[in-house]
Amino acid sequence: MISTGASGMISGWYLQIVNLLAALLLLISFAMLAQRRVVGLISLFAWQGAALAVSTAIVAVFTAQWHLLYSVALTLLLKVVIIPWFFYRLVRKLGMSRDVEPLLNHSLIMLTGIVLVIFAFNLALPISQMAGTVMRSTLGIAMACVLLSFLMMITRTKALPQVIGFMAMENGIFFAATSATYGMPLVVELGVALDVLVGVFVLGIFFFQIRETFESMDLRQMEKRKEH
Amino acid sequence: MWRMSEITGYQPVVMAWAGVLCWLALALLAIPLRIHKRWLLVGFPLAALVGLWMIAVGVTGLLLPASAQIVPVGFPGLPVHLRLDALSGFFLLLLGMSAFGVSVYARGYFQHMEIGELARLAIWYPVFLAAMALVLLANDAYAFMVAWELMALSSYFLVVSDYRVEEIRKAGFLYLLMAHIGAVALLLCFGVLQGNGHAGDAAFTFSAMRHGVLTPTQASLAFLFALIGFGAKAGLVPLHVWLPEAHPAAPSPVSALMSGVMLKMALYGLLRIGFDLLSVRQEWWGVLVLVLGLMTALYGVIFAAVQSDIKRLLAWSSIENVGLIFTGLGLAIIFSVEGKGGLAALALTAVLYHALNHALFKSLLFVGTGSVLHASGTRLMSGLGGLMRKMPWTGWLMLLGVLAIAGLPPLNGFVSEWLLLQAFLFTPGLNLHYLNMMLPVATASIALVIALAAYVMVKFYGVIFLGQPRNPALKHAHETGMWQRMGMLWLASACVLLGLLPSAVIVLISPAVQQLAGRVLTNDGGWLVLAPMDAARASYAPLPFWLAILAVLLLVYGLVRFRYTDRLRRSAAWQCGFPAVTARMQDSAEGFGQPIQHIFSSFMQVERQFPQPQDRTPHYASASIDQWWHFLYLPIVAAVNWLSRQAARLQHGRIQWYLTYSFITLLVLLVFVQ
Repeated sequence: MISTGASGMISGWYLQIVNLLAALLLLISFAMLAQRRVVGLISLFAWQGAALAVSTAIVAVFTAQWHLLYSVALTLLLKVVIIPWFFYRLVRKLGMSRDVEPLLNHSLIMLTGIVLVIFAFNLALPISQMAGTVMRSTLGIAMACVLLSFLMMITRTKALPQVIGFMAMENGIFFAATSATYGMPLVVELGVALDVLVGVFVLGIFFFQIRETFESMDLRQMEKRKEH
Repeated sequence: MWRMSEITGYQPVVMAWAGVLCWLALALLAIPLRIHKRWLLVGFPLAALVGLWMIAVGVTGLLLPASAQIVPVGFPGLPVHLRLDALSGFFLLLLGMSAFGVSVYARGYFQHMEIGELARLAIWYPVFLAAMALVLLANDAYAFMVAWELMALSSYFLVVSDYRVEEIRKAGFLYLLMAHIGAVALLLCFGVLQGNGHAGDAAFTFSAMRHGVLTPTQASLAFLFALIGFGAKAGLVPLHVWLPEAHPAAPSPVSALMSGVMLKMALYGLLRIGFDLLSVRQEWWGVLVLVLGLMTALYGVIFAAVQSDIKRLLAWSSIENVGLIFTGLGLAIIFSVEGKGGLAALALTAVLYHALNHALFKSLLFVGTGSVLHASGTRLMSGLGGLMRKMPWTGWLMLLGVLAIAGLPPLNGFVSEWLLLQAFLFTPGLNLHYLNMMLPVATASIALVIALAAYVMVKFYGVIFLGQPRNPALKHAHETGMWQRMGMLWLASACVLLGLLPSAVIVLISPAVQQLAGRVLTNDGGWLVLAPMDAARASYAPLPFWLAILAVLLLVYGLVRFRYTDRLRRSAAWQCGFPAVTARMQDSAEGFGQPIQHIFSSFMQVERQFPQPQDRTPHYASASIDQWWHFLYLPIVAAVNWLSRQAARLQHGRIQWYLTYSFITLLVLLVFVQ
């Protein structure tokens, strides 16, 4: 492992790039929060995955954490290629490219998002001081991504945006793990990736079932199913 | 004597285990035979024989030193530890004596059942007996809990054997609920007892718990849990509510076993934990048990006095007797903490003696009630009366049981209640001064309870067997069968023997007392006279007393028979202006209990139905409702309902809300982490 002091000379420019990508990640999270169209949401999700993969790859190369490259490959394959492609197909097949209407108005959601980001940065401060990684300063951003994705899940009424929110949250957790401890052990990483993949496919099957049953993908229809 | 056992290799615990297996085998055999009535009925005399076997094993268990075995059944790596010492031996004796009489009775009583119900009874009855024996033999917490739960479940299935009646199902559910609350308390108790003990093979065995070192707080906690757990089974107020519901619901032989034997299993458990597993006791435990016991006894006897259902009356009377037993137990704890070993031995002798007596006479009364129920078809006293002439066997045998439970000499109930009172009266200056002042009050309460118990039994016997039949259908009441008579005869003669030979009985149970108190009760009077500790203070000679009674009776009978017969003049009595004497003119059960109801009306909630003045056929009814329902149980039910309603408000069925809950939880947790 390269200590921060020794890498100080060469670290300057690549850390700048990592920080830039982290900022991009946060920006994409906000964009997802604001995006109304499902197709746009899927593209944003793919871009988020790409930014995550690039930043992780840079960290892996410059800190010689080679096992991270496996995670990068997995992320690229799953979150940039397979899952977005699958979602596109779903949208086309189910014909749900229409606008997604959030529950609350946009400015309120955005303001809440900003509050969450401040909260996340405050939260990450003591943790990042304990962490021994070069990219510990991005921990706050990772936290913020998790919370913003959660907020997105809460404010959407349709099923697909919620699933995308869930995936984005997974991205945030992955980013947090990388920035705090250079990623999780590979076994865990593989397990999580498999879970995500299976989860997505199961959800895809569910979408067809939900549409057949309720003639709609609006989850408000399902409230009638609750037990009295 | 144990030299002999070393040579022959006789181990009581192995023999007892064989008895348990026999009972279980009877249950297993009943499953394939469940459609053959004749074969099913054979199971009950066989169960009775195993009961006899258990008596023998129990006696040897009392006389021989403790024996232990590890039986590799159950979960792998968790063998069942068994142990038979004097305490287990005594209760095994109690179980066997009661089980023999009741099982013989059951052979006759159950033959009129329809085949489905009979099959259920024939399967669960031996399981119930086996489970109770296993409770006594268990030497580790796992085996004890398994046996304890098996006992609760098998008795539950016996209670609800006539499951088509809604009240029976409800009573069964209440019983099961209370049994499980008790079982949870017991689990916690064993957890505390294990506490800082060793893990590994010896974990949760009783021998490990005996050597465990507990702080006074931990010991008190364990004892309190045990008191709750066993109190719920024994029917200690306020955990008694299931008892007056479940006992009437069960078939009579089952009620007899539950009331006579199963309640004593709770006593056994508390003795085992309080005097054996916990090496140190505290005085306030004794005070607590004493107060709870007194409360239970008084509460039970008052409610027994106002019942008009014969089996409910007996159930409440069981609560009263359990109260008396626990009073003695509390006294024994106080004495043993204060280092007064002799007095503790006296109190424990009274406790064990009364437990044995109650097992016998309550079994007798419950099975006798079964005969009455079978002959008359009703449990309500308003439909009974004058059965003495129709059922002389049942009547005379139950008279013995009634005299015994009322505590009249020369029967067994008198001996144990007298010993209990002696234990109270012997109380010298205790170290706790307030206790010194309280104990005379407690003594007086005991005397009150015993007197009221006699009153209850006058009502019970008088209304059922004496006077005129209150229902014309009783003219066709028939005497009970041969098996039933034999079963009752066994129980009644045991009552008489235990009453006439108290000195021998005390010698027999002294090993158990020795084990618990470290001392035995010294009998100052020899084999003929019972004189606990000091003959100069109090003594009781049942045999001369009985002979004197017999002599006086014979003398009076002879005088009347031979001197006054020729002077007897038969003529119509002056009718006092009554044209006819009808059954409605005699005292009813409600009328007899009314003074008690009136005096103790603050204990209960009385609901009365008065007849209208114009009513041609006036009917008066009153029901006494247990206040504990209102004070304790209904508020708990209301609180649980309220909490569920509040929790239900969180359920919107809207996924966004559920996500928000998780989100807020996450934020709050994060703030805490920070």
